[in-house]
Amino acid sequence: MGSTNSTLLKIPNVEVLMQETGFSPAHIIRLHDRFKALDKEGRGHLCPHDFGAIKELAMNPIGDRIIGAFFSPGKETVDFHTFVKILAHFRPVDKDRPKEPNSPEPINSRSNKLKFAFQLYDQDKDGKISRDELLQVLRAMLGMQVTDEQLESIADRTIQEADLDRDDTISFEEFRKSLEKINIDHKMSIRFLR
Amino acid sequence: MYNFSQGFLVISTAMLEVDSAEVGLNYSLKSSATENISTSTNDSTGGHGSSTITTLPIVIWKWHHVETPYLVALWILTCWLCKLVAELNHNITSVIPESGLLIMMGFILGGIVWGADKAQTFKLIPVNFFYYLLPQIVLDASYCMPNKLFFSNLGAILVHAVIGTCWNAGTVGIALWGCYEGGAMGNLNIGLLQFLLFGALMSAVDPVAVIAVFEEVHVNEVLYILVFGESLLNDGVTVVLYNVFDAFVSLGGPKINAAEIIKGIISFFVVSFGGSFLGVVFAVLISMLTRVTKNVQVIEAGFIIVLGYLSYLTAEMLSLSAILSITFCGVCCQKYITANMDEKSVTTLRYVLKVMANGSETMIFVFLGLSAIDQNIWVWNTGFILLTILFIVIFRFMGVFFLNWLLNQSRLIPIDLTDQFVMGYGGLRGAVAYGLAASLDEKKIPEKNLMLGTTLIVVYFTVILQGITMKPLVQWLKVKKATQSDLTLNGKMNNRVFEHVLTAMEDICGRMGDNWWTRHWNYFEDKYVCWLLMTSDARKHKDPIFGVFHKLNLEDAKKYVNEGESKGSLAFIRNYDNASVDFKKQLALEYADIMPDIMNDMSEYDFGIDNVPVTSVMKNPLPSVSLNVHELDRKSMLNDLSAHHLLDQHLYKSRRDNRPTYSRSHYNTSENPDEMQEIFQRTMRSRLESFKSAKMGVNPAKKLSKHPKKDSTHKPNGKPADPHRTHPYGDEDFEFSADSASSSEIAGHFPRRNTNAPGAGVDNPAFIPEMDMSPPMRNPPWQTETANNMAVAPSQTAQGRLPWTPTNLRHLAPLRMSTRSTDSFAMADASVDDEAPEEKSGSHHTRL
Repeated sequence: MGSTNSTLLKIPNVEVLMQETGFSPAHIIRLHDRFKALDKEGRGHLCPHDFGAIKELAMNPIGDRIIGAFFSPGKETVDFHTFVKILAHFRPVDKDRPKEPNSPEPINSRSNKLKFAFQLYDQDKDGKISRDELLQVLRAMLGMQVTDEQLESIADRTIQEADLDRDDTISFEEFRKSLEKINIDHKMSIRFLR
Repeated sequence: MYNFSQGFLVISTAMLEVDSAEVGLNYSLKSSATENISTSTNDSTGGHGSSTITTLPIVIWKWHHVETPYLVALWILTCWLCKLVAELNHNITSVIPESGLLIMMGFILGGIVWGADKAQTFKLIPVNFFYYLLPQIVLDASYCMPNKLFFSNLGAILVHAVIGTCWNAGTVGIALWGCYEGGAMGNLNIGLLQFLLFGALMSAVDPVAVIAVFEEVHVNEVLYILVFGESLLNDGVTVVLYNVFDAFVSLGGPKINAAEIIKGIISFFVVSFGGSFLGVVFAVLISMLTRVTKNVQVIEAGFIIVLGYLSYLTAEMLSLSAILSITFCGVCCQKYITANMDEKSVTTLRYVLKVMANGSETMIFVFLGLSAIDQNIWVWNTGFILLTILFIVIFRFMGVFFLNWLLNQSRLIPIDLTDQFVMGYGGLRGAVAYGLAASLDEKKIPEKNLMLGTTLIVVYFTVILQGITMKPLVQWLKVKKATQSDLTLNGKMNNRVFEHVLTAMEDICGRMGDNWWTRHWNYFEDKYVCWLLMTSDARKHKDPIFGVFHKLNLEDAKKYVNEGESKGSLAFIRNYDNASVDFKKQLALEYADIMPDIMNDMSEYDFGIDNVPVTSVMKNPLPSVSLNVHELDRKSMLNDLSAHHLLDQHLYKSRRDNRPTYSRSHYNTSENPDEMQEIFQRTMRSRLESFKSAKMGVNPAKKLSKHPKKDSTHKPNGKPADPHRTHPYGDEDFEFSADSASSSEIAGHFPRRNTNAPGAGVDNPAFIPEMDMSPPMRNPPWQTETANNMAVAPSQTAQGRLPWTPTNLRHLAPLRMSTRSTDSFAMADASVDDEAPEEKSGSHHTRL
């Protein structure tokens, strides 16, 4: 118990963080430990190459995009607060927690989860998934299994499916619509973050 | 392996009678040959009496030669006819589930048999049930099991199936025994062990009954897979448990000591896990076999059935759990054989399994009902029967709630209370319980008939009563229903992205979560399992995203081909201008709002006259103006010309051209690989094409999302295509489609009308682009997707579709409007009231 408190105390503004993310002290501590383990040089923040050092992540076909999602544009580092906030997207939605009418939308809400996924595609941050952006992701995921031509028609068809206003891109609104029937809470939640 | 050898040791030394495993084999082989019927042999209807003949007989009455198979076939026919009758009225089937109805039909049949024979001459024998009726049901259920869902919920399913079943068996047995000791049942010759045995056989939740009911009510997929998976695995567990208790009973009370009990427990695990393992082994065998069956495609599907059945029998032979074996065999091989086998074989397998499973399901239920007339089994003991029903319901609920509470502690998405309640309520008992009860040994269990009778009552009670109340209950509790999810690339792709994201996050958190296991299994599977079990071709295309893409394309291609065939001509290929698709759709919608009455009228027409393409006539903007014989002739000639032209240009042949040939070992279908390839490519290309054209569309397209809804409301009006083809006025259709083609051409070119004068078929602009410059891919064939609605002239319907939803939409209204719109543009200020003559002329033409 003592160690718990002392670890918590070391983190600045921990109360606010817990409030914002909904994580329990135990989660915060675990994530903090992990954060420190990743931060090998002890600078108090993480750089892209710290993430790159995770072996399994290197195998992930869209790993670099996911790493990229941790860094807000123009920034080269991520501190603990941001780190936790990003991970908070994946906290399962808890139904028991009473909803305060005035509280801001929790980080792990459906639309925030979707936004996170959306920005993985939308690399140029123009709020739209273009054909090229889609193609890149598809190529990364499908890899060698299909030919370029097939890949392109898959991308085209995918856009066609979602694209409601015929601008050859998928906006966030269209993105959300196309995934309306998918249980995002289920698909974008990690059990041990509950 | 360790388990195995030890298992054998235990079984052989302990003399547990598990080796006649599932069934008491106290029936002669002869009876097993009679499928599910034991015939009373005292009726000697005919038969050839004398063995010596005096003269050469021309025909002989040889009833006894065919008696057995004949009766079997007759009974199968009777049962299936029962199903036919039961399914006649949909109002009834929506209230009473089919399984319940079939049992009731069984009652009626039984009554008839009783009236005729005054005895039960036919009944369901356990041997037949377990060897000839059950395997295909289990194989079908497991083969069609949603694979991924099953494995991702495997933990919960196993907990329910193993612990839940043991709990049910134990508590029901003990509680009944307690009540018996308390004097609630009068004087019976039953001990604790027998009660436990009874409890074990009563704990079998029947997959057939459950699936029948749950499919009817469309509950959400997690609930469905939990109940379905549980009931399937639970059968295997029940049988194992039953055998263990059966062995205890024959061992007798005094001889049972701690060692025997431990052996019993060990044998329980060995038998169930050994059976499952054997199933996996067979699954591997099947998958490997399908790698090399390319040259014997005709019997490819048969291999799976035979090997599946063999896995069942092998497990039976090794005294392992046969049901678990065939279950796991089906579940595991599914993915690989689907990838390995030809698409046709996959379909064949699916249908053959469905036929077999449905067939035997039907027979089982009818015979369950039929069993009611057996006088011997009706030993009435009110206390015993009522208490049994009470206990199985109560303990089922308790078990389900408790186990779900346990599971919810660690579940990502907890199972909510209503789902739990439905799960508990879904504990329908069925044929397995009856089969087990029927195979009780009367020597060991003196009260067998009481048990059998009680089992039957429980089955009737649960299947009929609970089955009927299930649907209202689900609705009343507002259980989450299954959401109809369409096959979309977006969904599939994003699912994949989500998986990657989750694994990445787990990596970042440095924890091994569920996704870690999934991912590592996938990796392992990719690297080794697929290499072993899949053909190289299949491996290339096994990616789910590609799979969905492929499926969507195939669907389109099929629709395209079907449509062509149903039209009986290839006129539908002539699809002139894609650019205006969007525009006209929009326009149509706008008009639809203004003039709903007209559209109603049209749909009435469509209802009234089946086989004449009314709408195509009505759609024609010309008739009132330029309909004369000469022109028609000319057009039909041109049309023929163009048809030939098209035939040359396009590879496809409609089915008519395909000469029916018979080959013993090969299918001969019109789609040869080249053709399929061609269609495939074309659909892809046209998709691009239409997509691009859609972009160039005149209107910026406002709310496209509302189209599908709108169109789907019209959908039921669609007519099956067949009558048209043989219609004597087929030619008429041809002509009119030519007309309408030209009209649609006008419509098509409307936005840039200056190229073609909107002349009323004078120089038939329809063929200009066709003859001149159309490369094959200019006609997006799949755009013509109306399929069902054959009354609409093909080329017109083609234009009306949304480029991105190749579904069977009903295009009547939009199309009608689209023509109208051209009219109005062509004749600058045509008023609405020329609607009427047009329609009149339309109906007039139909009578031509």
